[in-house]
Amino acid sequence: MAVDVEKMKAMRAAHRVLAEYAYEPSPLDRGYAGRTLYINLTDNTIESRPVTEQMKEIFVGGRGFGLWRLWNAVTGKTRWNDPENEIVISSGPLGGTTNFPGSGKSLCVSLSPLTQSVVDSNVGGYFGPLLKFAGWDAIEVQGKAARDVIVFIDGNSGRITIEEAPGASTDSYPVGEEVVAMFADSEGERRDVSSVSAGTGADHALFGCLNFSWYDVRRGRVRLKQAGRGGIGTVLRDKKIKALVVKKSGIDSQSNVPDDRSRVEKVGAKMHRELHDLDHLQCHMRTVGTAHLVEIMNDYDLLPTHNFKYGCHPDAKNIFSDYYLRTFSQHTVDGCWYGCTMACSKGIDNFVLRSGPYRGQTVTVDGPEYETLAGCGSNLGVFDPHWVAEYNYYCDTYGLDTISFGTAMAFVMECYEAGVLNAEITGGLELHFGNAAAAAELLHQTARGEGFGLIFGQGIRRMKQIFAEQYGADPQFLQDIGMEAKGLEYSEYITKESLAMQGGYGLALKGPQHDEAWLIFMDMVNNQIPTFKDKAEALHYFPMWRTWFGLNGLCKVIWNDVEPEENALTPEPAKVPEHVDNYVEFFSGVTGREVTKSDLIVMSERVYNFQRVFNLRMGFGRREHDAIPYRSVGPVTVEEYESRAERYDKQLREKLGLNPETMTTDEKRAALRRFREAEYQRLADAVYERRGWTPDGVPTMAKLRELGIDFPDVVAVVAPYQDGC
Amino acid sequence: MKVLASRPELCVACGACEESCAMAFFKVPERDRSAIRISVSPERADPLIAFCDQCGECIAVCPTQALYRAKNGIIRLRRQDCTGCLACVGFCPTLVMYVHPDDTVPFKCIACGVCVKECPADALFLMEVDVPEPVTELTRSIRFKTGEGTHGS
Repeated sequence: MAVDVEKMKAMRAAHRVLAEYAYEPSPLDRGYAGRTLYINLTDNTIESRPVTEQMKEIFVGGRGFGLWRLWNAVTGKTRWNDPENEIVISSGPLGGTTNFPGSGKSLCVSLSPLTQSVVDSNVGGYFGPLLKFAGWDAIEVQGKAARDVIVFIDGNSGRITIEEAPGASTDSYPVGEEVVAMFADSEGERRDVSSVSAGTGADHALFGCLNFSWYDVRRGRVRLKQAGRGGIGTVLRDKKIKALVVKKSGIDSQSNVPDDRSRVEKVGAKMHRELHDLDHLQCHMRTVGTAHLVEIMNDYDLLPTHNFKYGCHPDAKNIFSDYYLRTFSQHTVDGCWYGCTMACSKGIDNFVLRSGPYRGQTVTVDGPEYETLAGCGSNLGVFDPHWVAEYNYYCDTYGLDTISFGTAMAFVMECYEAGVLNAEITGGLELHFGNAAAAAELLHQTARGEGFGLIFGQGIRRMKQIFAEQYGADPQFLQDIGMEAKGLEYSEYITKESLAMQGGYGLALKGPQHDEAWLIFMDMVNNQIPTFKDKAEALHYFPMWRTWFGLNGLCKVIWNDVEPEENALTPEPAKVPEHVDNYVEFFSGVTGREVTKSDLIVMSERVYNFQRVFNLRMGFGRREHDAIPYRSVGPVTVEEYESRAERYDKQLREKLGLNPETMTTDEKRAALRRFREAEYQRLADAVYERRGWTPDGVPTMAKLRELGIDFPDVVAVVAPYQDGC
Repeated sequence: MKVLASRPELCVACGACEESCAMAFFKVPERDRSAIRISVSPERADPLIAFCDQCGECIAVCPTQALYRAKNGIIRLRRQDCTGCLACVGFCPTLVMYVHPDDTVPFKCIACGVCVKECPADALFLMEVDVPEPVTELTRSIRFKTGEGTHGS
């Protein structure tokens, strides 16, 4: 996928510049640039907006800044494809730090085509940090361009342009390479250019992702990381953006202008050493990334198989990480930001594509990571590792989220097996579990906007409606097996035996994504949170703690995918207390604000509660919207019950005092369902109370006052929902 | 290639090597500016003499290829390409990549031989060795096993 640099320079020179803006790229102040960039593509406005002290105090940065800017840009009536909707991208005050691993994240916020509410998605790659060092804590893009554009922020010269870009590619791998060729003035500048793009898939499907690039100097090519969740790539293409591009040179550990660099350096160097000493004994992130999880999940019956019906499969061994250990190119510096020695951004070089528009071409695949292996592998009954990597490559370049793609494909396959769909409806695609070539063809159809691909691209929630209305399917069956909540497809863990994790998914603000809480081992395996109170405490602490990373531009894997040697001996090993101490030091060292561990949780609580209110403002954010499909709670079908009958019978006996010997499978299934669904509601009761919410899941006025986010327009949203508190 | 080598049994721990190193590269006689460090301990008969053996693990972890093996086999640092991430400091097997609190850029022994000349006890010398093979993560990660650790991506 090499591009001709001279041709690209000429193409860029021919761009029609629609708007231009000059600014002074001044140094940062303790992690903040002190202003955000506003761009409106309808009228080609470019302006600078100040970052106030109140914004820093209440919203911190990253996802907090994104939510605040979006809140002020939309109303409760705004829909995802209205021009008023924005994409806001922000790193955070600690983002861009080079001397503490895992510090290059960007947080993206928008109104989601899938959920119709506010969504956040985090991503690596160089864009967010370079944007900040170019002088901007965030970029908010509003409006819609008339024709395809590139927005270029040159942090070296202090010039921003909106340019019509008719010749640039839409798919992310080609356009990522093209913009490097267009905007880097020398070979050495190539790593100073980063872009945000989507692809042709995002033109047609609602689960479009954003690709954030980083230039890999060893491979001499652009690598991509994805802000996958919630369809923000679809919003990007709806605005007719081919790429947002930033350039900034000369980055080092002083670029963030920390209050006291040595404080950061001390904890950062400690983490580098810990990864050096322990990663190869613990998670192997440096050699296989999150792929190491496949065999663990399979062992514990947690690996989604055949649309989350089962948790393991004899053929899963084909996609275990030993295969990827041999297949990933071990270039060692696979960090998606400078200084990330976790280096989990693995890639497969010299990969020859079997299908689609690039068939026969040799490419580098970014990944696959665990979620893709489970979602696009076992969950589809596809255990050929080549096909999983092929879906990974095409989803990325088409700008499609591999998680939504995989989970939606698994749903479609179960529908096909159940007779809800047939070859006539799918245009001849026989979408049985395991039919890898058919799944690939459906992916290409989705990107072309053709045939059954147009329906598939709508995501599970809309497909359920279409299948019921147009093909006469049983809506209850579709509701039970369609693994979506709030309109977002599930990420890839089996939650049936972990009530806390059912809540981890179901009570997550944006929909069922594991980035708020991952409690399966604490709950199911180690039984550390047996009571409702324990589970509620975990579903308070961990979502708040994990939110904190997103306020600051940080990656969570550094927190708990390596642990100090003595961690297991600490009173609360799941919290990895020594690492939390590192973050206290890191935050204070950068911002100069002396904080404690509990201060970090309060920072998150402000933003978390604000986001819950934002959901409410958009017409969601109450108990009924925290409902989850029964497939995530217990066995939907007879065969599913019988496959783990011993486990379920035991629960009937011990928890319900029933005698399974005297019951039919259908009776047993129904009794178990009543019990488990009630348990989920009891869990919600406990969690809402712990979070300071009403029984309907709405933050109480007292909680908002305590957090200092009782702004008049926030109060106006929650006031009608204060009954029962 | 020529690398620095030592005979700890001859070392008198006078600190002349440290001082000469710091003077040669930073124009100050401070030990924390030296790329060679001597330490003594009652548990050891001889002083510990720590310096870079040019193994190349730091090259493998440098994100910008600021660290490279020069034609003479010695590992050098292009300062303008260094992002100050200090991955090399954390991943040095013998902890002899150093950074001074006032600087963002690390430093190490480049086998220049200044300390050899200053050593009054003949404890230091330059030695001819073969250029090591490039290091990859696989050569470091000897064992590969599963089933440990926690998750959170």
